[in-house]
Amino acid sequence: MELGDLKIMSASVRKDILKMLELAGSGHPGGSLSSVELVVDLYFNHMRFDPKNTKDKNRDYFILSKGHVCPVLYSVLAQLECINGDELCTLRQAGSRLQGHPAADKGLPGVEVSTGSLGYGLSIGVGVAKAMKTLKQKNRVYVLMGDGEQQEGTIWEAAMAASHFKLDNLCAIVDCNGLQIDGNVSDVLNIEPIADKYKAFGWNVISLDGHDLAQIDKAYSDAKLKKDKPTVLIAKTVKGKGVSFMENIADWHGKAPSKEQMLQAISEIDASIK
Amino acid sequence: MVKVYGNKATRFGFGEALVELGKKDEKIFVLGADTVSSVAINGFQKSFPERFANVGIAESNMLGMASGLALAGFVPFVATYGVFASGRPWEQIRTTICYSNLNVKIGGSHSGLMVGPDGATHQALEEIAIMRCLPKMTLLSPCDAIETKKATMAAAYFNGPVYIRYGRENIPVITEETAPFEIGKAQIMKEGQDVCIMATGTMVYESLMSAEILEKEGINAKVINIHTIKPIDEKAIIDAAKECGAIVTAEEHQIFGGFGSAVAEVVVKNMPVPMEFIGMKDSFGESGKPSELMAKFGLKDVNIVNAVKKVLSRKS
Ligand SMILES: Cc1ncc(C[n+]2csc(CCOP(=O)(O)OP(=O)(O)O)c2C)c(N)n1
Ligand SMILES: [Mg+2]
Repeated sequence: MELGDLKIMSASVRKDILKMLELAGSGHPGGSLSSVELVVDLYFNHMRFDPKNTKDKNRDYFILSKGHVCPVLYSVLAQLECINGDELCTLRQAGSRLQGHPAADKGLPGVEVSTGSLGYGLSIGVGVAKAMKTLKQKNRVYVLMGDGEQQEGTIWEAAMAASHFKLDNLCAIVDCNGLQIDGNVSDVLNIEPIADKYKAFGWNVISLDGHDLAQIDKAYSDAKLKKDKPTVLIAKTVKGKGVSFMENIADWHGKAPSKEQMLQAISEIDASIK
Repeated sequence: MVKVYGNKATRFGFGEALVELGKKDEKIFVLGADTVSSVAINGFQKSFPERFANVGIAESNMLGMASGLALAGFVPFVATYGVFASGRPWEQIRTTICYSNLNVKIGGSHSGLMVGPDGATHQALEEIAIMRCLPKMTLLSPCDAIETKKATMAAAYFNGPVYIRYGRENIPVITEETAPFEIGKAQIMKEGQDVCIMATGTMVYESLMSAEILEKEGINAKVINIHTIKPIDEKAIIDAAKECGAIVTAEEHQIFGGFGSAVAEVVVKNMPVPMEFIGMKDSFGESGKPSELMAKFGLKDVNIVNAVKKVLSRKS
């Protein structure tokens, strides 16, 4: 996809997220909106992923370690026609395949593994990547994490393992939106200097603007060329990106917009692509 | 009619107790893990910032730190969602805290299905099983906000590891301020001779409601609130088994290894009578509205009524 189309797709995904959350009456807008470009560019320009055959053995894997932002994944899966767009309306309802956190037991195509308990995705990714190396397969593995999530110790066990096993088929993405539930990541429990930490753990580190589609696109391409080292994208983002009243506000981590707020947000997003 | 004194989430009982404890006792230290307001420890944080620490999203480290604080003489309380308070740091709780008998108090909020739309990952349904199997652990599972406050106060003055299971949603307040609370001592909520319903946590209210329905059908049920799952009140259980000759247990938790299992261990050994178990039947929860989920997974008063009828058909 061209950058212009990716931008329009990102706007569509943002609107889906807001509509879904408004209908559900609960959920996590902030971190969903901050991840949009990172996920859109990945699915539309880089991942080997057949929406009609999501279990294809040559597919690339996407592990949503910060499972609470699943609306961004569900929307992208709908945009790819992997699932029906109407199903987005069932988010968080009893019986839905679109659970509040991705659920592997509900049979939603494109959900590889159940997540939502933070800190587990990178280890899972390391395991898949190691399996692909062992099988001599070319599949790549992508893991999306939050910046608050970096506080979990398991992340660093996995980070150590990934470089030890030279997993250059693994690409981690840290959505550095600067916020977690209780406030600024730097106030709650500082993770900086995060790029230096990954470097010290033996990773290829790419720092970028997580809303700049050109930078993102290049970063995913560069990661594929890097030999013998896993790559991490340290993506500077804005929590609640695209919605003026949500941007950089910790309180929008985990609450749904009202109908009016949703409509205002949608009009702002529409205006941004005019 | 079941007497209801209000509607309040048990987490607030926990939070209020901590503030009171903080005023009385300089040794109380509270740790949070990026869920400070949602588990209602923000009051303590505001009042006693010097004896509070947010450790970020790092529950294993939190339990390890609590161990160290206890070693140095503090009475640390940690609190976060039950899945993350009991599951992830389970081995720290087992080996560091219980094996060393450290004076650490664990607040496990967001218990049960009533967590609702966040779904299975956030619905703690296994803590009773994985906490009660630990030597030295005391396990409290209060039935409403008032009792949660009392349980939290009692935990502070009890020497040794304590886990307190509480929840997020508003639920009916069914106990009175003046009701006594003693760790290990069950509370009879309603007398009856035909069957005994033993319940813990949120299911005490459902049990009282079910007893009311049963009353209309001429069945007189005794209802016992077992707020301490470990050490469990063996005498109350044996007495009730003798008196009623049939037991139904009720918990918002997995049946396997849970509260009903704890009751059965006592019953089978001392006074075998037929039993039925209300709880999660070996499945995860899912997203949905709290009341909708309680009905879907068979945790309502009507389900207890049916279990009573089933157990009575086997009563000799
Ligand atoms: C192990 C664990 N602890 C706590 C939580 C509750 N929780 C959900 S989201 C969140 C904050 C996440 O912050 P961050 O990783 O920065 O994500 P983002 O800002 O992208 O939403 C927390 C603490 C959880 N889901 N898992
Ligand atoms: Mg964040």
